[in-house]
Amino acid sequence: MRIFVPRDAVSLALGADLLAAAIAAEAARRGVAAKIIRNGSRGMFWLEPLVEIETPEGRTGFGPMTLADVAGLFADPASHPKALGLVEALPFLAKQQRLTFARCGIIDPLSLADYRAHGGLAGLERARGMSAEAICAEITKSGLRGRGGAGFPTGVKWETVRKAEAPQKYIVCNADEGDSGTFADRMILEADPFCLIEGMAIAGRAVGASQGYVYCRSEYPNGIKIFNEALAIAQETGLLDGFALELRVGAGAYVCGEETALLESLEGKRGMVRAKPPIPALRGLFGQPTVINNLISLATIPYIMAQGAEAYASFGMGRSRGTMPVQLAGNIKHGGLFETAFGITLGELVNEIGGGTASGRPVRAVQAGGPLGAYFAPAQFDTPYDYEAFAARNGLIGHGGLVVFDDTANMAAMARFAMEFCAHESCGKCTPCRIGSTRGAEILDRVVAGASRPGDLDLVKDLCETMKFGSLCALGGFTPYPVLSAITHFPEDFGGAALPLAAE
Amino acid sequence: MSASWDASRAQEIVNKYLPIKGPMLPILHALQEEFGFISDEAMRLVAQSLNVTRAEVYGVVSFYHDFRQAPAGRHVLKICRAEACQSVGGEAHANALLQSLGLKWGETTPDGRLTVEPVYCLGLCACGPNAMLDGEPRARLDAQALHALAEEAA
Repeated sequence: MRIFVPRDAVSLALGADLLAAAIAAEAARRGVAAKIIRNGSRGMFWLEPLVEIETPEGRTGFGPMTLADVAGLFADPASHPKALGLVEALPFLAKQQRLTFARCGIIDPLSLADYRAHGGLAGLERARGMSAEAICAEITKSGLRGRGGAGFPTGVKWETVRKAEAPQKYIVCNADEGDSGTFADRMILEADPFCLIEGMAIAGRAVGASQGYVYCRSEYPNGIKIFNEALAIAQETGLLDGFALELRVGAGAYVCGEETALLESLEGKRGMVRAKPPIPALRGLFGQPTVINNLISLATIPYIMAQGAEAYASFGMGRSRGTMPVQLAGNIKHGGLFETAFGITLGELVNEIGGGTASGRPVRAVQAGGPLGAYFAPAQFDTPYDYEAFAARNGLIGHGGLVVFDDTANMAAMARFAMEFCAHESCGKCTPCRIGSTRGAEILDRVVAGASRPGDLDLVKDLCETMKFGSLCALGGFTPYPVLSAITHFPEDFGGAALPLAAE
Repeated sequence: MSASWDASRAQEIVNKYLPIKGPMLPILHALQEEFGFISDEAMRLVAQSLNVTRAEVYGVVSFYHDFRQAPAGRHVLKICRAEACQSVGGEAHANALLQSLGLKWGETTPDGRLTVEPVYCLGLCACGPNAMLDGEPRARLDAQALHALAEEAA
């Protein structure tokens, strides 16, 4: 009997280790031969810890499990109060199109045999029989765009690096997933690390790079541990064909998720943003041509190489091809990772898939794309999930996070927080970001306190303009998104101005 | 418990990372892991070993939120202050805890037991409010559970 108990950070945070031990003890007590497999998460976090038991019909789920629920697993599983039935049939999973996350939660993340049995390594094997130029062309044809948020065509970036002539080239994976409301990178690191390793090895072949680095944030100790164990297995088995790969740990600086700051950090410096040009594809890590891709972009490469560019491009809409792992987070009933073709609407994601708020109160706002993303009001829930459609509504999809707020949220306070966060995380290199964010927080402090002066909101808007067009990178440049969207869509929260004015 | 400063042990740690490219952050992480914080002596030693100025090392240490220049309490509680945790009331729970402990963000209890720090996202955003105690993540923390967690660190 095989029993699956996740070792994903969410499950661990909810006591999965104790649960696994209790299940093993209960099985031993009853003389049941149980093999406990520590899988990654399926991405249905409201059900975590989600325990699965393998049956001839498929894997049946139980969740959210507590220690008190363990004995019943063996006594009468069918009528267990936490029984969910066949996991694959749960609507949240059944409605998804899992390409990048196809193996997540299903396999043992550290079993190479499992990985192979579920289609792993087919992409790398195909790539071995192709020229570097053909691999780059395949990725371009797939329409894959950077999943970190900028949405730049991955194949075009690779082709630039491939054509660059240099003694050394690098592949860098950006796993500095700092956006609140996102956990897709973490899930791959913890649930399917070989997929990232394979993607980076393919990238190495495609551009002629012999060295790769994964730069992972320090807030993910569990993901770092699992990835490093997988990497050791990959190296022992000679999977990498001489491609050297190493994981480096960040040190708590959000701005290092910006690609040039990340490169500086990898080189051992302060995470200060570099001016572009030169672009990293030509002068990146240690001054050499570098592919720097988001983890999700790289983890999508094995699917594209195994199934072909057309298969991937057949999903999606317009110029947004393929799928996006949308991460439903915050005050949401059914929070988790929902991989789907582009084109689904924001409202479907929040209300139908996510089930509305966890608190049961009305949805007031959704922040899309992390701390630098715009707040959407329910009136805009018809927006299709697509790079261009979001941009047309003055928003961005970013790394795919959606943070839901109920009607108790104070949007002026959220706008203020965006400025405070920017001030806290600014690298300090450019003035609009460094000074602008501090001044912005000060002005919005007055607004939140109901003590704003005449013209304060115009001043904030003007400041946002300066930050948007004058900042070196997305930190200062995109902080205006949450601020301006909050002011535009929730003006009633910024209305405390009138009274104190009369007193002046 | 962190070890007290030992120059030869520190040199050993530094030497381990010297052969890799861009060794600064791995060295600082390893030194902090061993000694609990990055002392002046540590910065001096790193500067000498990497042949860079002390100012450069200080610049790096002071840039990153993770690196400490003074020891933390025996336990470190990092509470998430990012948007997803705010949306489920995390900020109020955190403020209540700080108030009951008589601390501000980043401070340590007078008995040296507990340091409370902000963290901006632990990636557990569908199960907030979240925190991390001594590197172990904890999720779905209501006010009571957060207090219990702070008490748990003895």
